[in-house]
Amino acid sequence: MKKSIDLSRRTFIKTSSILAGTAALSSFLPMRSFAAAEKELVILAWAGHAEPDIVADFERQYGVKVRAKYYTGGDNMLGLISQSPPGTFDLILSDAEYVQQLNAAEYIERLDPADYPFDDFYPEFQHFPGHWKGDELYSVLIRFGFLGIAYNTLLVPETKVRSYSAFWDESLKGKVGHFDWHLPNLGQISLANGNTRPYDIDASHWQSVKQKMMTLRPQIGGFFDYGGTFSSLKNGQIHAMCGIGDWITGVLQRSGAPLKTVVPEEGGLQWTESYCIAKNAHSPELAKKFIQYITSPEGQVKSAKMAAYPALIPNKRGWELLNKTDPAEAKRQGMVLGQHNVMDDIRAGRIKYRELPVQQSLEDWNDFWSEYKGA
Amino acid sequence: MMSNKLKVSPPVVTDGSAAQLRGGRRGLRLPWYGFSFSMPILIWQLVFFVFPLAFLVAISFWVVRNFRMVPAFEWLNWNYMLSRGFFWDAYAHTLAMAAGAAVLISVVALPCAYTIAFKFRESVKQLIVLLLITPFFTSYLVRTYSWQVFLSDNGILNAALGQFGLEPLAMLNTAFATYVGYFTLCLPLVVLLQLFSLMYIDRSLIEAAHNLGCGRMRTVFLVVVPSARIGIVVAALFCFILTFGDFVSPLYLGGGQPPTLSTLITDTTKSGQQWPRAAVIATMMIVTLLITAFAAVRFAYRRRA
Repeated sequence: MKKSIDLSRRTFIKTSSILAGTAALSSFLPMRSFAAAEKELVILAWAGHAEPDIVADFERQYGVKVRAKYYTGGDNMLGLISQSPPGTFDLILSDAEYVQQLNAAEYIERLDPADYPFDDFYPEFQHFPGHWKGDELYSVLIRFGFLGIAYNTLLVPETKVRSYSAFWDESLKGKVGHFDWHLPNLGQISLANGNTRPYDIDASHWQSVKQKMMTLRPQIGGFFDYGGTFSSLKNGQIHAMCGIGDWITGVLQRSGAPLKTVVPEEGGLQWTESYCIAKNAHSPELAKKFIQYITSPEGQVKSAKMAAYPALIPNKRGWELLNKTDPAEAKRQGMVLGQHNVMDDIRAGRIKYRELPVQQSLEDWNDFWSEYKGA
Repeated sequence: MMSNKLKVSPPVVTDGSAAQLRGGRRGLRLPWYGFSFSMPILIWQLVFFVFPLAFLVAISFWVVRNFRMVPAFEWLNWNYMLSRGFFWDAYAHTLAMAAGAAVLISVVALPCAYTIAFKFRESVKQLIVLLLITPFFTSYLVRTYSWQVFLSDNGILNAALGQFGLEPLAMLNTAFATYVGYFTLCLPLVVLLQLFSLMYIDRSLIEAAHNLGCGRMRTVFLVVVPSARIGIVVAALFCFILTFGDFVSPLYLGGGQPPTLSTLITDTTKSGQQWPRAAVIATMMIVTLLITAFAAVRFAYRRRA
């Protein structure tokens, strides 16, 4: 019996070739095909949407597994879809401004409105712009939020943050931060400039927004990504932040940090998140069931209180359940029934939709943002 | 006579003719056995460096239509990026910060490496080398984040200054904080590289300098530093390479202002899915690093005049 290892030239080359070939080819295997249809749901979403606090009950109820690929912005989402084989994702979470682009690129399926509880939604969200093409539905709104002035309640008095002019206050020099994304920041400065449709501005108004923005540059203490925004607000380095809302301050507030977001008198911006079913989805029925689950009153309460970042919800019955089960959170987010709440702000016209630039290209806005950062 | 013949006989030719004589097989015989052992590193370099680099350059000529990259051969992205003022501002800033870091860190590291190499006994030297390696046990990102606790307005350093009745200093989100991050990233590595170079200097050269009446400082600058030149230059080069491409310190300690080229790459990909333009920036970075590395290595290995 031969016990020693025969490391001859031929054996060595043959074995290494087999190993190298196996390793190289394994990365090209279509992993998704191993999962049975309607047994696994793959979601493309912002971080936090497929965590146990949101999906555990759904997985238990239907005996399925929910997997997610998280993205960090609408452009990133479009890039991931375009670079993935058809059928990679079942559900796509999108901000409203990107739904039309998903539709134009034929990445999403038409939906049947009868499948979803639109009658329970506030009227403002039943026919949400961008989600419909005429009478054809392509996306279902699940949550939304406002962007305004985020500030440290111990360091900045509430009287000061009633207007965007607070950002230019001498006492905040070097203490104003930017969330590093041009769209919300430039939208807010456009609002501060008095533009009623902040993203639909002509060349002269765009010029004026750029000039106004440049005057803010000496006040800026830094440009932060998601993690940097959290830490700079929490450690008190930044006292007021442009381009964010309760989706960040709400998380910090829950952990006891003295932070808050207010909608100033010039108005705030509204972000939205909605679900679309992907073309060639592996589990389209499961995708539909998930939208039904998350738009149900119970699902809406989970979404409002999502651990990653909280949000407002469009379903009235969801509001009722939240007021019943967690009145403190309903109050904190301004979703208390029977008194002044966020719906009044929307109806008063104080909140504008966040959009892609209408009269300029996205490139123009991005280039200016790069110039501004380097100024 | 025979021994004489052996002495003057030419060296044995070891080309293919030897193989022909031995086995009668024609053609060039490659050293496949030895070659196969070096294959993993060759394959690794091809798959993870040469191919991605070629791909990076290729996609810099692609175009983006409806957020989708389309293969093409257009100079659009090159024209666009190289004609933008903000690109050259970021380039100059990144270059200046990295060059500054390479010089500053080398200057700070040299006395430290010199002391360890020449003043400590062997056992202490080994302990210090071990201590210099330990910072690499934790992630650079974690070490950078932990600096925020020290450098923020309400941080530990300002609290200490307050004990002496001093006003808080603005440190976080400044170039100073970025440099703190660069020192965290590079100082241990630079000290180690300089140390290994200094440790193997021929001591008789130093003794000769002393015997010839050369003072301590003159010996350091005229004998020690030139003798350790390769290690010192390579250490500075590593420092330049690491800081030139660093994304973490400029963002989390420098507050992302002004943007570096790494920041510009993320900005470019975030908006409009412009990976081809980001590829232009990345290619420019690689070209800069290659030129710097080539010049530094030439300088390190040049013959003394």
